[in-house]
Amino acid sequence: MAINIVLWIISSVVIVGILYIVLTYNVLIKLKNRIENSWAQIDVQLKRRYDLIPNLVETVKGYMKHEKTVLTEITKTRSALIKGDLRSRAQASNQITEALKTIFAVAENYPQLKASKNFLHLQEELSGTESKIAYARQFYNDSVLVLNQKIQSFPSNMIANMFGFKEKEYFEVQEAEKKLVKVKF
Amino acid sequence: MGTYEEISSNKRKSLLLIFLFIVVIVLLGYVFGLLFFNPFIGLFFAFFISVIMTLISIFSGDKIMLKMFGAEEAIKPKHTNLINTVEGLAIAAGIPKPKIYVIKEDSPNAFATGYKPDKASITVTTGLLKIMNKAELEGVIAHEMSHIKNYDIRFMLLVATLVGISVLISDLLLRSLWWGRYQRNRDRIGFYLIIIGLILAILTPIIVQLIKFAVSRQREFLADASGALLTRYPKGLAEALRKIKADKEPMVNGANRAVSHLLIADPMRLIGDNIKHWFSTHPPLGERIRRLESM
Repeated sequence: MAINIVLWIISSVVIVGILYIVLTYNVLIKLKNRIENSWAQIDVQLKRRYDLIPNLVETVKGYMKHEKTVLTEITKTRSALIKGDLRSRAQASNQITEALKTIFAVAENYPQLKASKNFLHLQEELSGTESKIAYARQFYNDSVLVLNQKIQSFPSNMIANMFGFKEKEYFEVQEAEKKLVKVKF
Repeated sequence: MGTYEEISSNKRKSLLLIFLFIVVIVLLGYVFGLLFFNPFIGLFFAFFISVIMTLISIFSGDKIMLKMFGAEEAIKPKHTNLINTVEGLAIAAGIPKPKIYVIKEDSPNAFATGYKPDKASITVTTGLLKIMNKAELEGVIAHEMSHIKNYDIRFMLLVATLVGISVLISDLLLRSLWWGRYQRNRDRIGFYLIIIGLILAILTPIIVQLIKFAVSRQREFLADASGALLTRYPKGLAEALRKIKADKEPMVNGANRAVSHLLIADPMRLIGDNIKHWFSTHPPLGERIRRLESM
């Protein structure tokens, strides 16, 4: 009788344990895929930005005689958008954001440029990609936060270790850009 | 209350309401079963009808609705801003980009349709596009995106089906009490059962409607809160709702009671006293703005 009860207890503990491992593993896989997917989203937008910049430079070149440095800088930084690791691409993206801000601010001084349909279209597309990058980064970072929490906290950390899940890196924002991101809670 | 707490409290309340529903239906079925020989035929019939209705509304409800409003698909370059906003917020929500439609209509409003995220669409009126700035439009779109992400359309369909089932059953009960032959009609217990059955049959349709409206209001608060989480800027939606509140004109274009639970603001502009509030699909705009601003 007593042995029977002990057997029951042991087997139910084992079953619950296995269930927990399976469920946690599936959650971790889901998070990992979500992170990969949102990284792909960031990637798409960075490439889109990479493609749009030469058009923009071409369009504004004729007007902006005094702002040559910004234009050369943006052309130089552009290639870093699609090459290298997470950190360097994030940094390049931030630099481009700043440079674009300057260009669009300066454009206010050139009424002819402001009237150009092509320029307006590029401006809208580039600000569109910029906010999409921001949203994709938000989703990416949120997912990384959840995954890292699972990997750090007990008991899910044991399962994460068992299957070799690694903590992911955040897509960081520079201090200068942080002020412009709207975070209000 | 923070945004995350707001979201989880809303989810809890929605679950509680669904639970209430099931209690009402089971109670109804129990009394029915006590009173009659073979209640299963009636139950089966009621169930069958509501399943068919639900299937129709799932698979062509959104098409019917878009046609009813005369919605047209948004195109570049005319609606570039709108398209970019929707695409951006879809990325933020981590769902596929929904289809985007525009209705020619001066009253500012918006709605989402589709029973799952990859079949969803978001529709806005031209009046909305005209009066909202970027942050406000983002707020409205984020609210609709949350309806899609939270499976609210499916959720409300489920609720509508439950309403349908309970109304049908109570109607059946009422009719059989009137016309049918029931067991145990000679003794006192039978008599009390008939009285209880009668009261239930009369009250149930009213109660389930009230629950339905309460669920709908809860989901609106939930969409506001999770929308704020998408834009990280609750003030955008708060300002947008303030503008919608200031606009007193009701929608002229095909709006009616049947679809009002899908729109961001009650198309009938029914805002006012408490009794009306109970029968409203939307919480008062003032209360929604207050909650958004305290996030």
